[in-house]
Amino acid sequence: MNARVEVAALAACDRREAFRRSARVACGLIACGLLPAISVAQPPWNAAAFDATTVDAVLKALGASAPVASSEVVLTAPDVADNGGAVPMSVSTALAGVERLALLIEKNPTVLIAVFDVTAAVDAHMSLRVKMMESSNVFAVAFMSDGRVLYSIKDVKVTLGGCVE
Amino acid sequence: MGQPSRIRATAQAGGAVVRVLMTHDMESGQRKDASGGVVAAWHITEVAATLNARVVMTAHWGPGVAKNPYLQFTVRDAQVGDRIGISWKDNRGDSRSDDVLVS
Repeated sequence: MNARVEVAALAACDRREAFRRSARVACGLIACGLLPAISVAQPPWNAAAFDATTVDAVLKALGASAPVASSEVVLTAPDVADNGGAVPMSVSTALAGVERLALLIEKNPTVLIAVFDVTAAVDAHMSLRVKMMESSNVFAVAFMSDGRVLYSIKDVKVTLGGCVE
Repeated sequence: MGQPSRIRATAQAGGAVVRVLMTHDMESGQRKDASGGVVAAWHITEVAATLNARVVMTAHWGPGVAKNPYLQFTVRDAQVGDRIGISWKDNRGDSRSDDVLVS
């Protein structure tokens, strides 16, 4: 009888030890980045910013209090885009301490196109192709770690709109 | 599971230039089908880039990013042989992760 209890207790100990070990292994894997922990690092989806229909409302939803026009923020886009379905653009800045870059198109149904949360491990320079419904002002916005919000504007003409094709 | 992304990461002075071509319809939610009904928006919402499994950049995208999105950026200090990973999620819960070695 005694022996049996002892065996059961030992088995329980084993299980507990095994659990502890696997927990340690899991922690180790997360630390090494082998288990996906990406969702932890990414800020939550900002529905208000993507639903907003004016540039001011988008910036407000993104937490930009007083945006300032700055030539330090560089927006590269064509003067005239023949195909509004894929317009190459890039937003960049050489300033140190950038936390976030955003691209806005004033006359698109969804004004906010993209928000990039950058770390010091990447250049603050993002290029992508966007859709433009019609000729519009395009805004490149940089959110700095010291709270400043800088932007630049470019007027892009569109020959053929790209939202409804 | 979404279609695979095509990724190219090329080592240059100062880092690795990463070029990604994702495969996604990116429905804008503005288009109408043959019967006149609006086709619901269906687009990538979250993108994450990693260098050797460490997150270096995340992004949120709306429906205004072009179909089959092309993204280019530079990862500082990435060397030949480092692993660059790109993952995305869309607003229907689909997702995709791909990686490539810097060459």
